[in-house]
Amino acid sequence: MTSLILRTAARYLFPLILLFSIYVLFRGHNDPGGGFVGGLAAASAYVLYALAFDVKAARGLLRVDSARLTAWGLLLALLSGLAGLAAGRPFLTARWGKWTITETWIVKAGTPLLFDVGVYLVVLGVTVTILFALAEGEDEAS
Amino acid sequence: MLAMVFSGFVVAALLPWLHRRIGDKASLVAALCPLAATLWLASGFVGVTSGDVITAYLPWMPTLGLDLAFRLDGLSLLFALMISGIGTLVVLYTHGYLHGDPRQHRFVMYTLMFMASMLGVVTADNLILLFIFWELTSFTSFLLIGFNHDEEASRRAALQAMLVTVMGGLFLLAGVLLIGRAVGTFSLSAVVASRDLLVDHPHYPVMLGLVLVGAFTKSAQAPFHFWLPNAMAAPTPASAYLHSSTMVKAGVYLLARLHPALGGTEAWTLTLTGFGALTLLTGAVMAAGQVYLKRLLAYTTVAALGALVMLLGIGTEAAVEAAMVFLMAHACYKAALFLVAGSIDHETGEKNVTKLGGLFRYMPITGATALVAALSMAGVPSAFGFISKELQYAVLFQHGWLPVVAVVSGAFFLLVAVQTGIRPFWARYRETPKHAHEPPWTMTLGPVLLGVITVAGGLFPGWTADALAGAAASATAFAPVDMHLHVWHGFNRELMASLATLALGGIVVLVSPRLAGLGNRMAGLARLGPDRGYDGALRGLLSLAKWQTKALQSGSLRRYLMIILLTVIALFAVSFARSELSLQLRDRTPLTLPMFILCALIVVASIAAAVSASRLGAVAAMGVVGFSIALVFVLFGAPDLAMTQLVIETLSVVLLVSAFYYLPAFTRRSTWRGRARDLLVSIFAGVVMTLLVLLATGVSVGEPISDYFAATSVPLGHGRNIVNVILVDYRALDTLGEITVLAVAGLGALALLKLRTKNGGGES
Repeated sequence: MTSLILRTAARYLFPLILLFSIYVLFRGHNDPGGGFVGGLAAASAYVLYALAFDVKAARGLLRVDSARLTAWGLLLALLSGLAGLAAGRPFLTARWGKWTITETWIVKAGTPLLFDVGVYLVVLGVTVTILFALAEGEDEAS
Repeated sequence: MLAMVFSGFVVAALLPWLHRRIGDKASLVAALCPLAATLWLASGFVGVTSGDVITAYLPWMPTLGLDLAFRLDGLSLLFALMISGIGTLVVLYTHGYLHGDPRQHRFVMYTLMFMASMLGVVTADNLILLFIFWELTSFTSFLLIGFNHDEEASRRAALQAMLVTVMGGLFLLAGVLLIGRAVGTFSLSAVVASRDLLVDHPHYPVMLGLVLVGAFTKSAQAPFHFWLPNAMAAPTPASAYLHSSTMVKAGVYLLARLHPALGGTEAWTLTLTGFGALTLLTGAVMAAGQVYLKRLLAYTTVAALGALVMLLGIGTEAAVEAAMVFLMAHACYKAALFLVAGSIDHETGEKNVTKLGGLFRYMPITGATALVAALSMAGVPSAFGFISKELQYAVLFQHGWLPVVAVVSGAFFLLVAVQTGIRPFWARYRETPKHAHEPPWTMTLGPVLLGVITVAGGLFPGWTADALAGAAASATAFAPVDMHLHVWHGFNRELMASLATLALGGIVVLVSPRLAGLGNRMAGLARLGPDRGYDGALRGLLSLAKWQTKALQSGSLRRYLMIILLTVIALFAVSFARSELSLQLRDRTPLTLPMFILCALIVVASIAAAVSASRLGAVAAMGVVGFSIALVFVLFGAPDLAMTQLVIETLSVVLLVSAFYYLPAFTRRSTWRGRARDLLVSIFAGVVMTLLVLLATGVSVGEPISDYFAATSVPLGHGRNIVNVILVDYRALDTLGEITVLAVAGLGALALLKLRTKNGGGES
């Protein structure tokens, strides 16, 4: 499938969707969003790119092997749970830190965020893995 | 104490590394482990035999009542000493027996693992813990029997032994759970002290039955005895260790241990003496027809186990004493004879007793040991076996026909003793495949030490046997037992019985060449017996598994869906008919125009998807359904769900379209009847789902948990998006599980697709 319109659009949409997916991931704690939707959105960015060009190009954009990405995501989620364990609380107990940078700018971060990033990576990795593998069979034949 | 039990596992784990460093000498180093255990036990000997109890405790899963609780009393000490002592000798023996075998360290590894498990069985003070170690012994026994795993017979024997003992283990587990429920704790010392609670419990017969099946399978009681002779496929050190002196006695240990709690009832006595006597006779008579050294010994082991169970069934103080003494005597002479048999096989290459003779000239030390062990086994006066036999007769004379069983089986014991311990050394010399000579010291040390103990026990029983067997009997009888063994009991009917046994045995030995033919015929008969039953059961199980797999795992996605949906419908119908729920259509949100349009769209698109003549059309229609549902979520104020639904729908459409490539061209293959059936099922499924949702909203189960989440989301979870806080904080473990499943599913899909590509691309 080669369409100039799709290709041009994909080129511009890809970074936007990816950015949006990260935005969705981070806002998730207070507003609709989160690692799951974020991961899916990011996956759709790659899938769009693969549709417009081909799987090889999309893989190139991902840079790392998607299965490996899944594994890293899983590991990250697991590690975020160890923080609670290290503090003598049950596994996966959230730990929060709060940094006051200026009077109005207060940064709060905790292990659930790490966990959510892990979810994001796993969802992205799995979706992309399956879709790329399926689409690759098609590419090879055509 | 914990170190004693667990060091075996640790050393076993280190052994491969050690073996790489120092080669076969690793076995000699490994022997220090059981030796240390023996010495530790010996250091506690005086204390424990005079009534002290050593305990060790480490919490494991206290909420489940499962702790690493260990307790060493007289009974445990007797068994533990046998396990670690014979273990030391067997590991040393292995060093010589498997000399130059590259798998030697593996064998020693299994042996040590077994030893640790077995020590766990006899010292555990928690029934569940005992069960775990019990199963570990079955497992390590499997590894040892199947050690020569390139031989069909070894594999079969290993599997058989494991299936039989593990099946028994499951019965035991059920029994243990019942006992634990009745007593309220799994602590063995508490269970042992609550006899009244158990014996009068309405479930007592069930408990007893379950525990007995466990003990009987482990200790090879008829009709489960068949696995033991087959287990002789194991290398000889394993046979000597597991299948004569220790593992098979685990059942006996369990019976002795639970005797204070479950014993003394009519059911106990009748079952144990009945099965024990049957096993004693079966083993003894079956032994007569054997010609191979190890099988001869194996059948008498079966018989000895029968005798032990029988004595425990009688359960009087004298019977328990006799059982404990016999246990010691048997472990010593039987392990010695097994090791001797292994040496003969190792040095001559021949294991058929009818082709052996005159070896004493070449193997004097082994020959002398064999003689001592054989005399003890035959029950000749002044041997340890004689004392134990006298004690047995004294008990059995009070129980009708049991002395007859004992005399007859004793005669066969004599025959086997002659066949295995005397004939190979003293009969006319015969050529053997290898030229015989004395084996290395590692292989003679074991039998010699066991022989020395046998002689010492026979001549000076007061030294150690009194204290040890007495302490063990005290724990079994649950009352202090003061034991005094004598070498000579005077001229009484027990002596008469002993002499009668010897005389009858002499006759049996004289006619034994003619018995061989009879034995062969009996072996044929035996193959029709339990062994055949085992094969039949296994075949039946396999074909049942095949049938049900074929029925359930048809490989057709439609079939699976159908089964799942029909099951749900049936379950719903049953539970709806039983429940008192009724539909209450009140407080419904009024249907607005946008809602109505969306619903109409969903219905129309669903029908379109079902009747569409092209795949692409069907997928597009399904997409319409999905997006409409996302809009419904938006209308009901669930933006999270709507967002996810939207992205998922997009990706599913891409996924399905990509998957089409692999499918054959779309054709309408289904018959009208099949389509009508599908329609019916889908309508039912839809109705059920609708009813379920309507019913679920009408039921309120306590306070809805969402209020709690809404109230605590910000203060506890630091987030205003409740859905996300639940996902990554409150229920993070669930999410972790889900993403793990997701990752595994992704990898699985990848593997399937890649495999297909490699096998010559899409085969469309």
